[in-house]
Amino acid sequence: MSNSDGIITNSNGLGYASSSAVHPETLVKPPAAPSAQEDTIEIKIEFGGGLHLLFSSQPSHKIHIPRNIANDEASDKPTQPVNMRYLVKWMKSNLLSEREEMFGDGDGVRPGILVLINDADWELEGELEYELRDRDEIVFISTLHGG
Amino acid sequence: MPPTPCSLCHTARALVKRPKTGQQVCKDCFFEVFETEVHNTIVEGKGIFERGEKVAIGASGGKDSTVLAHVLSVLNKRYDYGLDLFLLSIDEGITGYRDDSLETVKQNQVEYGLPLKILSYNELYGWTMDKIVEQVGRRNNCTFCGVFRRQALDRGAAQLGVDHIVTGHNADDIAETVLMNIMRGDIARLGRCTAVTTQSEDTIKRSKPFKYAYEKEIVMYAYFKKLTYFSTECIYSPDAYRGHARVFLKDLEAIRPSAIVDIIHSGESFQLEQSVQKGMKAMQTCLRCGYISSNDLCKACALLEGLEAGLDRSALRQTQDNSSAAPTGHRTIAMFDRYKNVGQSQPTEGIEKAVQAIEIR
Repeated sequence: MSNSDGIITNSNGLGYASSSAVHPETLVKPPAAPSAQEDTIEIKIEFGGGLHLLFSSQPSHKIHIPRNIANDEASDKPTQPVNMRYLVKWMKSNLLSEREEMFGDGDGVRPGILVLINDADWELEGELEYELRDRDEIVFISTLHGG
Repeated sequence: MPPTPCSLCHTARALVKRPKTGQQVCKDCFFEVFETEVHNTIVEGKGIFERGEKVAIGASGGKDSTVLAHVLSVLNKRYDYGLDLFLLSIDEGITGYRDDSLETVKQNQVEYGLPLKILSYNELYGWTMDKIVEQVGRRNNCTFCGVFRRQALDRGAAQLGVDHIVTGHNADDIAETVLMNIMRGDIARLGRCTAVTTQSEDTIKRSKPFKYAYEKEIVMYAYFKKLTYFSTECIYSPDAYRGHARVFLKDLEAIRPSAIVDIIHSGESFQLEQSVQKGMKAMQTCLRCGYISSNDLCKACALLEGLEAGLDRSALRQTQDNSSAAPTGHRTIAMFDRYKNVGQSQPTEGIEKAVQAIEIR
């Protein structure tokens, strides 16, 4: 593969070598899998910039989350499409293996972590309010590690 | 949200929000503006490069130096700077940390077709960071590593016969350094740290072409171009003071993205009064190794003496005796000779030798 400057690269541009990652394409079964009747969507999550170290050292995850969620705490009727806010929260309780403070900050992610939704800067996509669709690809890249 | 069109070409879909300007740009326009801004930093004023210069890129395998190697290769062709580029890497001797990143640099060497020189602390000082940490513990080891790395780059550059070292320090790094120098009251460094190029009489010219490049854009560039880099954290205690400055800066950036260039601008605007300047130490060369120094012994020689004497903190104190000879039995650092391999009468021959001496390990 060669990029637009004609430089041959086999890289993913995410800053990890295969030796530091376990099973790059392992399919992860969600620990809290929703029941089969429930309508779910599949999301691909990738980590860059060393962030995979917080997620069992796996750079790539495929997860399933409900298509719709309740829009407030009081009601449990799933009326609202699932959004990034839910995904980040879900990741904190189901995917994160260590040092939560290195990833999360309030409802969102820590400043210095870049988020891409289908290769677009999430700042252009509504950040936490972005409504997820089946087979969306979300990339989290830390800029906090050394250069 | 409907896709936003690029605010520059108005046709393609915007994929990046530029932190410095808030502009929403597509991938191609992003590459274009990012590269052009680096080019502008390079050619501003008299420009940092001279035609025919031999330039070593300080390469760690991390995102910043990898993007720098890529962008400089591209710009050197596009604008015909006429530069002879090299990769220069320092192996601190930290097992499990540098191994992967040096592999990455070797990969970059192939990708960019640039000659690579790797120089180790062990070769230069007779100590690896692993051994240093074994002796001094984790608390102060960053001091050793920082002092040793700076000299190592100069020494590697001298061995390659290069005129100029460029490093991947980005706008975030420089803003962090401004903050740290203010918090430490380090007036001398505050004045220097925002300069694109620094050079004192006897040292090799150093530049930071990414002075105005935001970390976010460097990471986006590496991601969109699929560059090979390696992200890792030093396994020894990270520089805690810098860590706090970094988190503080990222918090500020989240509220107001221009904070980073604003802090750099503040740093640039500081002017020292004459009376303050007079109080600063004049530079000389180290009596033992010939490296530029503000004391009789340069920091590296002083630190090395402490290590050899088996003391952990002695070298960190300011007390230095005036003898230029190292105590018997101690390892010393080779004389620093700016033109060691480059005979001034036959510069080309020297450079050929230096290139031949480049190790490809």
